[in-house]
Amino acid sequence: MFTKQRLINLAIIVTAIWFTHFAQVTFDEYTVRIINNVAIFVILAVSYNLINGVTGQFSLEPNGFVAIGAYVTAILLVDSEGMLYQYDIEDPYPWVLALQTNFLWALILSGTISALLALSLSFPVFRVRGDYLAIVTLGFGFIIRILAINSPEITNGSLGINDIPEYSNLYWTGGVAIFTVMAILNIIYSKFGRAMKAVRDDEDAATAMGVNTFKIKTLAFSTSAFFEGVGGGLLAALLTSISPDLFTFFLTFQLLIIIVLGGLGSTTGAILGTIFVMAGLEWMRFLDEPMNILGYETEALPGMRMVVFSLILIIVMLFAREGLMGKKELKDLFKKKKANK
Amino acid sequence: MDILTFMQQMVNGFSLGSMYALIAIGYTMVYGVLRLINFAHGDIMMVGAFLGYTFMAVFDLSFPVTVLLAVTLSAAFGMFMDKIAYKPLREAPKISLLITAIGISFFLENAFTVFAGGVPRAFPVPDYMENIFNVAGVTFSVASILVPIITLILLLGILFVLYKTKYGMAIRALSFDIKTVNLMGIDANTIIALVFGLGSGLAAIGGIFWAVNYPSVEPMMGVLVGLKAFAAAVVGGIGSVTGAVLGGFIIGFTEVVVIAFFPEMGGYKDAFAFIFLILVLLFKPTGIMGEDLEKSRF
Repeated sequence: MFTKQRLINLAIIVTAIWFTHFAQVTFDEYTVRIINNVAIFVILAVSYNLINGVTGQFSLEPNGFVAIGAYVTAILLVDSEGMLYQYDIEDPYPWVLALQTNFLWALILSGTISALLALSLSFPVFRVRGDYLAIVTLGFGFIIRILAINSPEITNGSLGINDIPEYSNLYWTGGVAIFTVMAILNIIYSKFGRAMKAVRDDEDAATAMGVNTFKIKTLAFSTSAFFEGVGGGLLAALLTSISPDLFTFFLTFQLLIIIVLGGLGSTTGAILGTIFVMAGLEWMRFLDEPMNILGYETEALPGMRMVVFSLILIIVMLFAREGLMGKKELKDLFKKKKANK
Repeated sequence: MDILTFMQQMVNGFSLGSMYALIAIGYTMVYGVLRLINFAHGDIMMVGAFLGYTFMAVFDLSFPVTVLLAVTLSAAFGMFMDKIAYKPLREAPKISLLITAIGISFFLENAFTVFAGGVPRAFPVPDYMENIFNVAGVTFSVASILVPIITLILLLGILFVLYKTKYGMAIRALSFDIKTVNLMGIDANTIIALVFGLGSGLAAIGGIFWAVNYPSVEPMMGVLVGLKAFAAAVVGGIGSVTGAVLGGFIIGFTEVVVIAFFPEMGGYKDAFAFIFLILVLLFKPTGIMGEDLEKSRF
């Protein structure tokens, strides 16, 4: 009942919950904001890693699912008065005005709609493999953004939705992040998870062993989409205003850097990657600003951060392809230590 | 819709399609030998356009000299990119290559935004390119005629290189099996560099003509065009040069014609290429001219 592993897991979860509470109560607004961001990106990265790293299906669509989650949550949270006020220029559909729920339902619906979309997309998407899959999913992420821009009756077009109630705080983001990590880890260590890894390592061999690869891929894709949607919802309620510009390929690129840096396939890696990348992006803000190098004043170079970041991604791929954790999890690190003793 | 408007749209579609085709050839050739979607290819087109801008606006060179210089430099740049970023990953899993390509693409976009500014710059189009012809009521500029002609000449040139020269034979052999080619005494790396050079040069021509047609250059100009050109390459059947040109024309025509007939669809213009791509993959996963995936790509 109380194996050592379970006790360690419990201790980690309790610490995480305690830290969430402690951070919300004591830290200043800026720090809380960053931790909120990190928590949301942990949700996104860990679920993206499930399809990309664990199942080995290189897909590039999370920006689309995050967008869907964010829009669903925003529409469900903003009341009809606020909607009418915002949609002054375009006539919204009556049902868009009528829909309203509380935050929890908004998140659950965001995830569900996202997952259902993923489920229906599976049929065309998983007819192709490898590189083709990457470009097709990238196309889907792109199409979703174009739909958001061109459906002003629902999404207010390129202006986006503003004045979303700010529900997200550390209890929500941290809580969902802990739940997501637990859920994803449970999937990875279940028989489905083993099947996913089998699909990653050799799809044909997995098929030969009786794994229904389409079912496994669809399961990973939908689960991933569910949490991307929930993450999108949390993001909408944190930023309080969303527009199609938030959900460009850049979002996917950021998540890709995170999971590659952490080690494709490792959930622990995805979490570490998120912390490194988010903290790094904050820290590297100085690169965008004017600098004083050996008494020579450089001009402000907005965007320099991203140049350095793309370089880091290339260098990681060239020299440390496995990332921080490789495919290993926290658990495996403990095991190794034991073996060495 | 009268016949004149239709003809007019055909001319426009032909012109747009050839630009997609020029860029799609590079995608298809690199994919043929390395099985890599070179995500940075669209950005090489941007680099080519910026080089063109620099030579014309800053150094005040003539258009033909500009094209020649920009193409040479872009080809060299493509080879350089292959050498520093893709060559070390020859034995690595395909995913690593793909991620590196995405990294290079973002690097180029952001580096150009930082050092050249994100604001579009007006491209100095030479006057004779803007001369307008009027044939039986259909108007077209010199540029819109020049692009398809140059595309077709280049296509023939590429086909000649592929099928009539020993380098072409090496490229085709490479698309069968890299390891065996090395055993046959051909330096695979040289040939791959050549493919990158050819593709990047063509992309640069595409970029300069793009800048002439929509007279501006900016760091993000290659993103969407690149993706659409890739879609074109897949639609045509990736690995097939003729297919890439065909795919480019199909995507270009669709875009122009659909908007001409259904102006209210204008907002969805950029999505057509992907919808087309998905439809083609659903019914013929290897594209129109695509062959069996296990066979040669050319």
